[in-house]
Amino acid sequence: MCLAVPGRVLDIGEKDGTRMATVDFGGVQKEVCLEYLPDLRVGEYAIVHVGFALQRLDEESARQTLALFEELGMLQEEFGDPWEQAALQAGADSPWPFADGPYAGEAAARQAATPEEAQEGRQ
Amino acid sequence: MKYIEEFQDPALARRLLDDIHATVTRPWALMEVCGGQTHSIIRHGIDQLLPEQVELIHGPGCPVCVTPLEVIDKALEIASRPDVVFCSFGDMLRVPGTGRDLFQVRSEGGDVRVVYSPLDALRIAQENPGRQVVFFGIGFETTAPPNAMTVHQAKKLGIRNFSLLVSHVRVPPAIEAIMRSPSCRVQGFLAAGHVCSVMGVGEYPELAARHRVPIVVTGFEPLDILEGVRRAVRQLERGEHTVDNAYARAVRPEGNPAALAMLEDVFEVTDRAWRGIGVIPDSGWRLSARYRDFDAEHRFSVSGINTQEPAECRSGEVLQGLLKPHQCEAFGTLCTPRSPLGATMVSSEGACAAYYLYRRLELKTVPAAATTPPQEASTVV
Ligand code: SF4
Repeated sequence: MCLAVPGRVLDIGEKDGTRMATVDFGGVQKEVCLEYLPDLRVGEYAIVHVGFALQRLDEESARQTLALFEELGMLQEEFGDPWEQAALQAGADSPWPFADGPYAGEAAARQAATPEEAQEGRQ
Repeated sequence: MKYIEEFQDPALARRLLDDIHATVTRPWALMEVCGGQTHSIIRHGIDQLLPEQVELIHGPGCPVCVTPLEVIDKALEIASRPDVVFCSFGDMLRVPGTGRDLFQVRSEGGDVRVVYSPLDALRIAQENPGRQVVFFGIGFETTAPPNAMTVHQAKKLGIRNFSLLVSHVRVPPAIEAIMRSPSCRVQGFLAAGHVCSVMGVGEYPELAARHRVPIVVTGFEPLDILEGVRRAVRQLERGEHTVDNAYARAVRPEGNPAALAMLEDVFEVTDRAWRGIGVIPDSGWRLSARYRDFDAEHRFSVSGINTQEPAECRSGEVLQGLLKPHQCEAFGTLCTPRSPLGATMVSSEGACAAYYLYRRLELKTVPAAATTPPQEASTVV
């Protein structure tokens, strides 16, 4: 939730006296408030957090960051169905959304840590 | 270098790593403040690619994790009221209060709704004039300005059935508290990029100078983190301690002036309790007197709540970098994402969740690759 996500401005309008835009985040579109970045223009990229554009970003960085966040599952988290995710979490330890991480192989072999293992890890 | 091929630009990653390996002569402990950075680090195995002497300590930078149990319990109580529509970001749903969470409150009939933006909550208030709409206003400096704007809008539009349950926290006082702790081992900070996008670097030079600690503003991508580490290590090796912006593409030194002005108007600095850590002076915001009418704690009497932290949970130490998640007895046994004891196990940016997610049980088990210059063996404990 704390991470802002880069998006591209598609169009700009006004709502309740507030400058608003439609912003595209790698395919998902959201209404975004431009009051904190009033001179942002159509076609430009910005980092957007909880519906507010907070800082301009160049296109190349925006694309790279979007790709990373997608890989980390953060886009799913930001724009997916939170009830579904919470239910999944509440009902099952696995699958975790990104259980295909670099440790997935080890994960299969080693389920949850036992207290002994946790103890071993102490330094 | 086990996973370096996964980096966006493996050649650049290798160059940065080689430079870090070549620069380090002594053990250094760096804290990445932001939970998003922690996840990126663990996901990409960055801590294992670094020289043995460079230890990354995970910081308290997850707003979900540090929201005090007492505030969660207040949220649960307000959300249970039949006249209330309780709006929150999705990642608060499973944060454990005393005995239950928001997810359960909804299954018991509470009207809990997840919104993408605080402005969505304001819209719900406009559409439901007969009900009280409460928004759960948690978050660091990145989230506070949107919430401030929403309260400002509510006042401007004369919306009376909207209020904010505020638990905003600020990063610099947390850095101060960490540095003051007698058990502190942190020698350099990777500051959270998006927080600085809003706040700029204003408060950091003084902190860096006073504690003689380099602070490098750092982004979230693996290459950003390597570059942040590289710059911090350079400074440490040279005995420098300045503020360095390694995330200039998203961070201007002055931050976002419009957002800062709104923060100043709507909020005022206050002491805040951090879950598992305790009260840190001046580390949070509350609504300023002009906006007190929009404070959910005033509107609903939710004082006198008796909170009870699970005794086994050591998230306070985890959040201060004193303990790695897998060193907690309950990790993976008593405490899992399915039945979390602490918020750090359930938040998407929590350190315990990162370790669980990537099944990271040991640290520093992958030796540095042979492509790097030989280093003197030296173990960081
Ligand atoms: S593993 Fe669970 S019990 Fe242990 S510190 Fe983390 S959240 Fe708390």
